[in-house]
Amino acid sequence: MHFVVCLKQVPDTSEVRIDPNTNTLMREGVPSIINPYDAHGLEEAIRLKEKAGGKVTIVSMGPPQAKEALKKAMSFGADRAILLSDRAFGGSDSLATAYIISTALKKIHETEPIDLVFAGKEAIDGDTAQTGPGIAQRLGFPQLTYAIKIKELTDTSITVERKTESGRQIVQAQLPALITVEKELNDIRYASLPNMMNAAAYEPEVWTVDSLPFDLKQMGLKGSPTSVSRIFAPPGRSGGEIMDGTKDPAGIAASVVQKLLQQNVIMVHPLMKGGKH
Amino acid sequence: SQVKPVAGGDVWSGVWVIIEYNNGRVAPVSWELLGEGRKLANSLGCELCGVITGYQVDSVIPEAFAFGSEKVYVIDHEVLKDYRTEPYAEAISGLVRKYQPEIILMGATSMGRDVFPAVATKMQTGLTADCTVLGIDPETKLLQQTRPAFGGNIMATILCRSRRPQMATVRPRVMEMPEKVEGRQGELIREEFTSNESDFRTKVLEFIPADARSAFLDKAEIIVSVGLGLAAKRNLVLAEELAEVLGGTLAGSRGAVEAGWLSHDQQVGQSGVTVRPKVYIAIGISGAIQHLVGMETSDFIIAINNDPEAPILKVANYGIVGDLFQIVPALTAEFKKRLQHGVAN
Ligand SMILES: Cc1cc2nc3c(=O)[nH]c(=O)nc-3n(C[C@H](O)[C@H](O)[C@H](O)COP(=O)(O)OP(=O)(O)OC[C@H]3O[C@@H](n4cnc5c(N)ncnc54)[C@H](O)[C@@H]3O)c2cc1C
Ligand SMILES: Cc1cc2nc3c(=O)[nH]c(=O)nc-3n(C[C@H](O)[C@H](O)[C@H](O)COP(=O)(O)OP(=O)(O)OC[C@H]3O[C@@H](n4cnc5c(N)ncnc54)[C@H](O)[C@@H]3O)c2cc1C
Repeated sequence: MHFVVCLKQVPDTSEVRIDPNTNTLMREGVPSIINPYDAHGLEEAIRLKEKAGGKVTIVSMGPPQAKEALKKAMSFGADRAILLSDRAFGGSDSLATAYIISTALKKIHETEPIDLVFAGKEAIDGDTAQTGPGIAQRLGFPQLTYAIKIKELTDTSITVERKTESGRQIVQAQLPALITVEKELNDIRYASLPNMMNAAAYEPEVWTVDSLPFDLKQMGLKGSPTSVSRIFAPPGRSGGEIMDGTKDPAGIAASVVQKLLQQNVIMVHPLMKGGKH
Repeated sequence: SQVKPVAGGDVWSGVWVIIEYNNGRVAPVSWELLGEGRKLANSLGCELCGVITGYQVDSVIPEAFAFGSEKVYVIDHEVLKDYRTEPYAEAISGLVRKYQPEIILMGATSMGRDVFPAVATKMQTGLTADCTVLGIDPETKLLQQTRPAFGGNIMATILCRSRRPQMATVRPRVMEMPEKVEGRQGELIREEFTSNESDFRTKVLEFIPADARSAFLDKAEIIVSVGLGLAAKRNLVLAEELAEVLGGTLAGSRGAVEAGWLSHDQQVGQSGVTVRPKVYIAIGISGAIQHLVGMETSDFIIAINNDPEAPILKVANYGIVGDLFQIVPALTAEFKKRLQHGVAN
């Protein structure tokens, strides 16, 4: 079976901030990581390959330094890594990104037919969760999002447990298909030493805008229907009252409860009704 | 798929809300969006419409009018019984092509976030994810779509200038519920759906409803939420007792979930549930940005933390600096006393 993993290199967003003076992103010194959800997609693809045989191809779109993420990903046991990198791709929104990646996947599909594509539930930077479904739609593959478990994979179908707010859905789709994955799908292993050594020597293929019959009108800032018109720091919630509860916990508790009841923040009825649920 | 030409202006008109109806219930965000859609439609001077796609949806129609739709479009077909991307994307995009709304909105739920990217791709238009603020630019009349990105560290305002419709998913429990006017009437438009089962490549085999606890979390009015400050699973009882007295629901930070004290369904935050209760009580939670984005819009926040620098205290209405092992039992005891006597003042 041929598994393809869409993998994005992202900044570690817990360290990204807005410069309050210029209202621009402060990205300097922020480390880059493999988008965490994509790492789980990769892990699953490699497990399936180990079970069912086949091949794992990783595809990423990004600047040249995204090669590092691909090399790291190779160390988990993937077979091939392709970086789509060109200035013309820069500034693409999710519609354009899905166009670029799906064009590459179509090319791959011609020579080595794809059975299953993995994408993350979302990327932690742009976090739109729109690229995976966009790719599926353009490839004409059924999509199964928010997968938490692969229940069955046969030559012609995949059965997935997916998470929704109201419960879990067990869905079956014909192959080839695309799934987007949650972290619950699996636990990520450590890279084995031989794989790490292979990966260190591996050079990802780089495809540019000239490598494929791309339509330039569908990519980059100009080919993207959405544009960011402004970024700013989230409006902080104005702080309230800070109370010292170290000296007289019981006294503070009594005064807090008194205020909450007085202001009707908490009302008497919940207990009277014996709880809400 | 062909690229949609730049919109001419007056051809695309109206604000649409896709009403999410699944497993016999409407996602409340659908009504929240009719409330927000009303404001947008007023700014644009256009009509507000609800769209219901599903199977046996008649009971939803009067509600869609009651919450403010002037028109309601309905596609009622057996293949839409369980949610699946393919038939839903086809049904919605079919309506969009035919009636050409200027703006379409849907909840940023697992369903909205699944079907809208497919619809946007079919329509070759822009889609803004997970918005928390919407508005109309007074000059250009464009939809200003504001959303958190980078894990909530930044906010971005997104525009879709030249393609239509303008599409957005909107986070649940951010917009206010509109007033429900029972008996309000409007125009009902039923559309045929010509596809059938053999056109689709996915099958829903089973649905397992979430357990009551987590199903309630995003609707809970009082949430007692715990973090790693609790130190050990056995201390969970402190929070459970407080929740019990208040009729509240137990939840927690990712720290608490990863420690194995709570289930993933109980996690509040960016990679968990977004909540907007009347009261959120954070016990031993530091208030990492990923946690804050999931609870900041709570009406009233009470935080208990022994570190005066903890970020959670900055968003709290009442921040109690102190040892949770002393404060929480004291709060529980005091609530018990006051609430049991039924004296509020
Ligand atoms: C502040 C800000 C806000 C934005 N808001 C929007 C918006 O509302 N709408 C919009 O259309 N665009 C938006 N964008 C642009 C968007 O972030 C980019 O288009 C990005 O390339 C893809 O979207 P994402 O990061 O949201 O990925 P997601 O769609 O969240 O990613 C899901 C999965 O798709 C795959 N994937 C995504 N990107 C790549 C890649 N480059 N290479 C390989 N696999 C990939 C991965 O498997 C990933 O896990 C925004 C950008 C910024 C900076
Ligand atoms: C991509 C991504 C997504 C994430 N998604 C989420 C998410 O959805 N939800 C989420 O919550 N987190 C999320 N996180 C994790 C987040 O960054 C934090 O690591 C997490 O919220 C910390 O949990 P905590 O507050 O329980 O623990 P800590 O940060 O360890 O805080 C414990 C707090 O308890 C206080 N404390 C200790 N002892 C006492 C005592 N005796 N009395 C009173 N106070 C005490 C401490 O002062 C401290 O403030 C995410 C992270 C990433 C990178």
